[in-house]
Amino acid sequence: MKKQYEIEVDCANCANKMEEATKKTEGIASATVNFMTQKMIVEFAEGADEKAVMKNVLKNCKKVEDDCEIYF
Amino acid sequence: MKKKQKKVLIRIIIAAVLMIALRIAYVFLGENPLDENGLPIRSFVIKEPFWFIVYMVPYGIIGYDILKKAFKGIIKGQVFDENFLMAVATIGAIVVALIQKNGDYTEAIAVMLFYQIGELFQSIAVGKSRKNISNLMDIRPDYANIEENGELTQVDPSEVTVGTVIVVQPGEKIPIDGIVTEGISSLNTVALTGESLPRDVQAGDEVISGSINLSSVIKIRTTKDFGESTVSKILELVENASSRKSKSEEFISKFARIYTPAVCYSALALAILPALVQILVFRQPLSVWPTWIYRALTFLVISCPCALVISIPLSFFAGIGGAGKEGILIKGSNYLETLSKVKTVVFDKTGTLTKGVFEVTGVHHNRIENEKLLEYAAFAECASSHPISKSLKNAYGKPVNRDRVSDIEEISGEGILATVDGVKVAIGNHKLMHRLNVPHIDCHCVGTILHMALDGEYAGHIVISDVEKESSKEAILKLKSAGVRKTVMLTGDAAKVAEGVAASLGVDEVISDLLPAGKVGEVERIINDKTYDGKLAFVGDGINDAPVLTRADIGIAMGAMGSDAAIEAADVVLMDDDPLKISKAIRISRKCLRIVYENIAFALVVKFACLILGALGIANMWLAIFADVGVMIIAVLNAIRALKVNKL
Repeated sequence: MKKQYEIEVDCANCANKMEEATKKTEGIASATVNFMTQKMIVEFAEGADEKAVMKNVLKNCKKVEDDCEIYF
Repeated sequence: MKKKQKKVLIRIIIAAVLMIALRIAYVFLGENPLDENGLPIRSFVIKEPFWFIVYMVPYGIIGYDILKKAFKGIIKGQVFDENFLMAVATIGAIVVALIQKNGDYTEAIAVMLFYQIGELFQSIAVGKSRKNISNLMDIRPDYANIEENGELTQVDPSEVTVGTVIVVQPGEKIPIDGIVTEGISSLNTVALTGESLPRDVQAGDEVISGSINLSSVIKIRTTKDFGESTVSKILELVENASSRKSKSEEFISKFARIYTPAVCYSALALAILPALVQILVFRQPLSVWPTWIYRALTFLVISCPCALVISIPLSFFAGIGGAGKEGILIKGSNYLETLSKVKTVVFDKTGTLTKGVFEVTGVHHNRIENEKLLEYAAFAECASSHPISKSLKNAYGKPVNRDRVSDIEEISGEGILATVDGVKVAIGNHKLMHRLNVPHIDCHCVGTILHMALDGEYAGHIVISDVEKESSKEAILKLKSAGVRKTVMLTGDAAKVAEGVAASLGVDEVISDLLPAGKVGEVERIINDKTYDGKLAFVGDGINDAPVLTRADIGIAMGAMGSDAAIEAADVVLMDDDPLKISKAIRISRKCLRIVYENIAFALVVKFACLILGALGIANMWLAIFADVGVMIIAVLNAIRALKVNKL
């Protein structure tokens, strides 16, 4: 299950950090954060509850980059 | 400029003005140099901690958000981020100034100031180029017009079902693929194909979404859903393109993860070890310590990997955007990287180097007029749906009245016998002529030869062949001059036809009589046999090319002619089917990769030079921040150059 989300992040390195944080979140199979298009493409693990997982993703991303935003 | 950016700009200006004013004030009111008699020249000076307190005003204005983020970072255990580094470096510089009692707080403020200027520039430059590139690909239609009771209503294109008739007015984008049912107009397809000549369309013509209607109103019956239409497919490709990361990008993210902590630990070592040695071993006074701390702080300023982290993805993004403008869709940064290393190009013949449309290219040895002979041929073949009969009908050019034809008999593998206007027409290959005992004249031309006999007497032959694309020959030449070592043509056609085309185009090697499955094998053999480094690109268009496109190091598909399967399997799609674009794509990728390597080398050299100079005490914090921000700005400007590809 692949989904794309709009994000807001200020610097390229922060985008890298967000990607790392997202990948480590439970329920995520893989993730790429694209700084250039300000988009995040997430592949959920099987049976994962999207909303709940994305909430955790946002929490983890905020931990590494306070300024970021994910619209889901 | 966005609101956020404006706010930062105002803070930068206020902090800069305050900092300069304070510096001047300090010279007149804070310093008290001695005159030639050894007496202070001023009777009144303002002493500390006044200066410390007032200097903290511009420092706070410019740096409060960074200090806040650094503080939050520490709480959350994120130590090595750039906010933390900047905070430590500037606070450290202020502490050193306090210890040394020289009142020089300017440096800390300046470092913060330049850091903010750099960040602001980066955010503006990146935002601008992002906008530029998305404008290039601005082909997304916003609505579709549907006529209801003589009135036009605008609807969301995704709600239009297949088979609906939509109306496109001049100046509007065609939202969905379809067939023109009414009206004559010309279309601008430049956003899709890079081809600037308008294309004329009339009823019956297929049109693709994303083209702009130029001259007059046309009605279109849609043949696809919006999601399946060309425009949606292209947008999806482009938007996902930069998610596939190249090796260079992966290298940079890995490097950034190691670089920053490494520099920080070195800074810590630099702050402690040399000073300990000096104090303990050489018995020097404790006052040498601040110098080393200062040098360590300089290290921290240089430790941000921004220049690399921002400029490399930006270069790839700009390269893909520039290529898109030229009608070359590249599906990811990794493919751009592979493309730059292509040394062997393997072509499928039909539809790639040739038009894939059979045309009558000659009528020879005929006893009657060309037109008359073609007329007989077209009528005799009227019942056949073979591509060859299609091309005969095209060459005849007039509607065929079947009432004039009777007694059609098809002899499989040989040809057709029919009676047209009472004349017994035989049309087919030499076997048919043998069967009828008609002496025939062989042809030296490459292609399919159709012999004709009228009432049992030889009447000449018609040559039908696939025509080369106008630009194919030049495309092969350009590939050679772009540094491609070998060009190979694969085809299912007979050797005679294939070799004729290969010789006229200048292809190095030709492999003919191939079955579709054989193409994969041949490509594998070429990959294994190569005696030189470099990647192999395969260019094709058909459904049967899909496995080969996947197997090759990089697959290039013809987008306009190509089947959906080929476009799906390919890594690069040429929107206007022009083989010249292959060498252009390779040149674009080389330019982009050159810029990437330039940026990597430039940033690393400057950073390491500054680290060494900083450790030796030659470079101060001013130089460090200039180097950091300067490298970033130059690297970003260099990256944007990748967008300019029209002259390649």
